[in-house]
Amino acid sequence: MTQRLKATDVVIIGVGMVGSIVAKELAAAGYKVVGLERGQPRFTVPDFQGPAVHDELRFDIRKALMQDNTKEAVTFRNKVSETALPIRRWESFLPGTGLGGSHVHWNGQTYRFHANDFQLATKTRARYGAKFLDPDLTPQDWGVTYADLEPHYDRFEYLLGTSGKAGNIKGTIQAGGDPFESPRSRDYPTPPQKEPYHGALFRKAATDLGYHPFPQPSSNLSQPYTNPEGVKLNACVFCGFCERYACEHYAKAVPQTIILPVLLKNANFELRTGCQVQRINLDSTKKQATGVTYIDGAGNEFEQPASLVITSGFALNNVRMFLLSGIGKPYDPATGKGTVGRNYAYQTVSTVASFFDEDVNINPFMASGASGTLINDFAGDNFDHAELGFIGGAFVGAVNTNGRPIQYHPVPPGTPAWGKDWKQAVAKHYNHTVMFSIHGSSMSQRQNYLDLDPTYKDAWGQPLLRMTFDFPPNDLRMAQYVTGKAIEIGKAMGAKQVAGNPRKGPYTVTQYQTTHNTGGTIMGDDPATSVVNRYLQSWDVSNVFVIGASNFPQNASWNPTDTVGALTYWAIDALKNKYMKNPGRLVQA
Amino acid sequence: MSKLSRRTFVKSLGAASLAPATLLAAPPLLAAAAGATPPTQPSAATDEKPLYLFFNADEAAFIEAACERLIPHDEVGPGALDAGVPNYLDKQLGGSWGAGERLYRSGPWQQGTPSQGYQLPFTPAELFHAALRAILAEFDGKTAFKELSAEQQDAYLKSLEAGGKDLAGVPSAAFFQMLLQMTVEGYFSDPVYGGNKNMVAWKMIGFPGAYANYYDLVDKHGIKLDREPMSIGSDRHGLVHPDPNIPASL
Repeated sequence: MTQRLKATDVVIIGVGMVGSIVAKELAAAGYKVVGLERGQPRFTVPDFQGPAVHDELRFDIRKALMQDNTKEAVTFRNKVSETALPIRRWESFLPGTGLGGSHVHWNGQTYRFHANDFQLATKTRARYGAKFLDPDLTPQDWGVTYADLEPHYDRFEYLLGTSGKAGNIKGTIQAGGDPFESPRSRDYPTPPQKEPYHGALFRKAATDLGYHPFPQPSSNLSQPYTNPEGVKLNACVFCGFCERYACEHYAKAVPQTIILPVLLKNANFELRTGCQVQRINLDSTKKQATGVTYIDGAGNEFEQPASLVITSGFALNNVRMFLLSGIGKPYDPATGKGTVGRNYAYQTVSTVASFFDEDVNINPFMASGASGTLINDFAGDNFDHAELGFIGGAFVGAVNTNGRPIQYHPVPPGTPAWGKDWKQAVAKHYNHTVMFSIHGSSMSQRQNYLDLDPTYKDAWGQPLLRMTFDFPPNDLRMAQYVTGKAIEIGKAMGAKQVAGNPRKGPYTVTQYQTTHNTGGTIMGDDPATSVVNRYLQSWDVSNVFVIGASNFPQNASWNPTDTVGALTYWAIDALKNKYMKNPGRLVQA
Repeated sequence: MSKLSRRTFVKSLGAASLAPATLLAAPPLLAAAAGATPPTQPSAATDEKPLYLFFNADEAAFIEAACERLIPHDEVGPGALDAGVPNYLDKQLGGSWGAGERLYRSGPWQQGTPSQGYQLPFTPAELFHAALRAILAEFDGKTAFKELSAEQQDAYLKSLEAGGKDLAGVPSAAFFQMLLQMTVEGYFSDPVYGGNKNMVAWKMIGFPGAYANYYDLVDKHGIKLDREPMSIGSDRHGLVHPDPNIPASL
């Protein structure tokens, strides 16, 4: 039944942002690479063209670009004592599918994490003492430092063409940028996008309060750009259809606009779409992978032998692939033993709405996915937590991305959910409201983890991933504190009414928050507490690498994509310059 | 598609585009535009009943009355009926969404916590038919829902919203929430789906629709954007081409 194919050097599971970049580098280095993508091939022309792409019902509400959850869902419970049930409709987070992966529908927000984030456990103990942390929290150092990653952040941002303003170049603070950022080797490849009205209002109020506003780093480009691969991007036109949509303008940096045109020309690379990988196959010692087994769109099963397997899917799917393949030991929250699925974390997002008079036209629909203005004064460890009783923080920003009205029709608290009063409030406030995002870190804790569901299956008969998660009390205290600061900024803007909505528990899958799911195949220096070493190589099976947000030991105050990109080039460097020359363990345990 | 209805549709758009640019900002004019019968338009075109493919006549009567209470017509702007929301519901429920598009449908089934979201075995189509059957049975032999006063209708809808009522296996709150969600969708979605007729809801709030290039305007802070919105079915002449799968006589 299973057809055994000719062996290849490298097989890549998931041809999204990470998979495209890794495949391009290894194919260019002369290796035969097969990319397996479960979804369909798709390109800016003809697939992402207007006006059909500007359809809120189809893309926002019906989630046309997302993982087909009728075939492949995730089960969820808040705590171990509950029975996990399938997430029958995506709401809280939205994994993508198809060539280019979730990167096709991202917003383009491109932040670096700060140096402190990569050594969170060590730095927190040093600054606040060993007993400061809630005992259930399990923060860890990453095994890499910001200095290790800086050249790779730089390379990734120049691949994307990210538009922004540096705040710290080699230790020298730059006016107009983020003074809290860790030093970067040079400025962004393109200048910031134009600032919409909501950002300008925020900038003035934040400045008046003594904070440090800066333009949101955007991979929806401010001007035409040719990246180092020779691929050209256009300027963004602020269409207001970014997150959950594909970009028709070649203005959003996604695999189709930054790397696929180069990759697909390389004869060493073969793309196979509609291919659902069932497992990574191991030899009898369980220490080496022999390749992967997949089922194509017509239902035929294939074995693809390979010398090296790289898992580069969405974070949750990376974890599931390790669990389905029996690589490493699954985490057990009762004993704290095992590593795969450990330290699942998310993002703690709160909001503030500032309601203005009807003569203030905000025009929320004039925006890109990342054309806002924000401050990092309360992000990460940029402020003293000693008296606050929590660690972590959030950026606060007027980072509104759209005015699409099925989803976006803000009304003041106390407004009925329907009827004449509701409708009149919608009409009154739609174009006269500024929304802030309070985009907060997510600490890992003992009780939050991922494993395989004992009951529910996917369309191929394999167990679904089971998520057990609730917000750590630490993070809810953080959300409360930083939201309070954001409310003060809303008032300083001169809004007539300011309504804060700090994140509250329990976590629910019924409300969109972010698609920043992290952890589960975390990186680190100790095989007892991490799944992969600092080069993202499995401790257990040395010819398997996994690259993605699943490597994060906990999540920081910012969107994860830039850090995933930096880790991608960091791992590529290790693959090309170390592993391929001498396959084997890159770090001895 | 019927040539007659297409022509009248275009004609009504033409009339709207001749209106002053301040249309969006002026509630009385807006209400007139949204109030379904601009003077130049033959009344037959807008009074025409939608062709219902999913709802039977009694179901449609309840849905029409209920949607209009969720989003009523008033001096500020159009109601759900002005916007053709019941027609939107009908086409969605009769199509792939009603059949369970993007709904993971494998058992076993059990009621979860509120955090775990929708856990009923019903597709949207099944849920509506079951709930509407039970609701209509409740009114059997009594004054029909559509004949009740607005206050009585609101009180009944609130009783559904509050939950605790079983509608042939469908918790009334689940039905109410799905009805409300789909009503908002039909009010604000692109007109190609059969609601938001003539983009009346977009005009009310000032959303320009699928027209989407603000490079020159984004830094002109606070400007009032006075122009007709555009549907994904609009061409440069302002004609709206409805989805061919949706009957023309909306």
